[in-house]
Amino acid sequence: MAEITSPSPYRRWRKPPLIKNPWLRWGVVIGALVYLALAISSVSVDSARIARGLERGGRMIAAFLQPDFVSRWDDIQIGVLESLTMTVVSTIAGVLLSVPIGLGAARNIVPTPIYLICRGIITLSRTFQEVVIAIVFVVMFGFGPLAGVCTLAFATIGFLAKLLAEDIEEIDPAPLEAIRATGAGWLKTITYAVMPQVSARLVGLSVYRFDINLRESAIVGIVGAGGIGSTLQTTFNRYDYDVAGAILIIIITLVMMTELVSAQIRKRLQ
Amino acid sequence: MPVRIANNGKIWQRYDTTTRLRLWGGWLGGTVITLICWQLIANRTRWEFAADAPRQLAIFLQRVFPPDWSYINQLWQPLWDTLTIATLGTLLAVIIALPLSFLAARNTTPHPVIRYLTLLIIVVSRSVNSLIWALIIVAITGPGVLAGIIAIALRSIGFIGKLAFESVEETSREPVEAITATGASRLQVLSYSILPQVMPSFAGISIFRWDINIREATVIGLVGAGGIGLNLNATVNLLRWDQAGMIFVVIFGLVLISEAISARVRQAII
Repeated sequence: MAEITSPSPYRRWRKPPLIKNPWLRWGVVIGALVYLALAISSVSVDSARIARGLERGGRMIAAFLQPDFVSRWDDIQIGVLESLTMTVVSTIAGVLLSVPIGLGAARNIVPTPIYLICRGIITLSRTFQEVVIAIVFVVMFGFGPLAGVCTLAFATIGFLAKLLAEDIEEIDPAPLEAIRATGAGWLKTITYAVMPQVSARLVGLSVYRFDINLRESAIVGIVGAGGIGSTLQTTFNRYDYDVAGAILIIIITLVMMTELVSAQIRKRLQ
Repeated sequence: MPVRIANNGKIWQRYDTTTRLRLWGGWLGGTVITLICWQLIANRTRWEFAADAPRQLAIFLQRVFPPDWSYINQLWQPLWDTLTIATLGTLLAVIIALPLSFLAARNTTPHPVIRYLTLLIIVVSRSVNSLIWALIIVAITGPGVLAGIIAIALRSIGFIGKLAFESVEETSREPVEAITATGASRLQVLSYSILPQVMPSFAGISIFRWDINIREATVIGLVGAGGIGLNLNATVNLLRWDQAGMIFVVIFGLVLISEAISARVRQAII
């Protein structure tokens, strides 16, 4: 734009600002700057500690580049197998739980009390991070993968049931009316009018959630809920960075593989 | 629609025989895999503890309710830290991810090799959970808010980068051609034709991730990376469930508020 010579320097074109109202725009800018200043000043930086840490970081990177799969292979194997099985079982269980709750959370097909209960469950599940939920399930079931399965299944509800409910609320009402007009009961209406409209997306979302559950199954072990997470944390506590590197490589590979497969499946479903 | 002839007339079926066999085989295979996985988990579960779960839940609820309301006075600082971790972490990620997204998008990348390198960075960042990033960073910088900010940023780069480069790839060609036709340089084309098209979705993605990061920031303290998770870890280790209950309440409130803010802002932008 620089080549354009305008008749008067005051009439140069400017990009329109993102927020039109100048008061609001400057208010947002100043507020953001004040907040940033406060936030940054509240972060304490211990430079001596970081200097020592950088040296350790160097060793860590060196160790990551020579991962040690062998010396703790038994622990790694158990952890990875646990993570994978937890993912499979919790996704299936989560989908089975999400379908009724998702149906219950769709305003157009259920009475208000059921709607509120199901929405409550979804909000509860969505609000808490998986690890926080895992703490509660570990208290209930003791240490081990069962707590992890319950955690991930519960967390799946918050994701899947919410999106399913939103889908159901947006379905084409004509088939619903048609099936109702035949005198079909609630269950038959769901089977013949609602599910056919949402099932393809439900499968896609379930596959996507499988991905997420695999990622999360790698960390719930930090609070004792099974999977590779506890092994990983132990290796960090013991400074076994070469073993940690091996575990990280396995996790990244697994996640990338499932992501590729799930992307393929979802593409084919559309 | 396949029709089968039976002895008392035609029978309508949704699928032909091969499809039905294939579906049936898929269901059977899925069920078998799930059962095998469940078997592995069941073997690694101490059932005498799991059987106790309802009683444990009752005891847990008794200890959590009523929460220790006065504990809130010690939670303001951790709350502020959590907010700081999420906000500064997201900001750092945005600053790094947006340039990356232009390098990764097919229509703006300077060279395919750079594109693949950027995609690799994005994939690695996405595949590792915030909590695992936190484990790594805490080993380097020592425990504290700074570690949390970096961990959150490292995880968010991949998330923001991926969604952002996809939206860059979806931009319309025409403004690009129009600006190029004026003789603008590459950078000018970027800032006057592509940036205005993707700005709203960049802002939306960042706010969305900020909302997720609030949730993540509540738990990374479990491995020492600052925020309210530190208190959660301490109270759980000391079995002060009434204080843990207060933390659950605070997290619930924080996440609900941030979700509402993020939804409002995204609605205003898009």
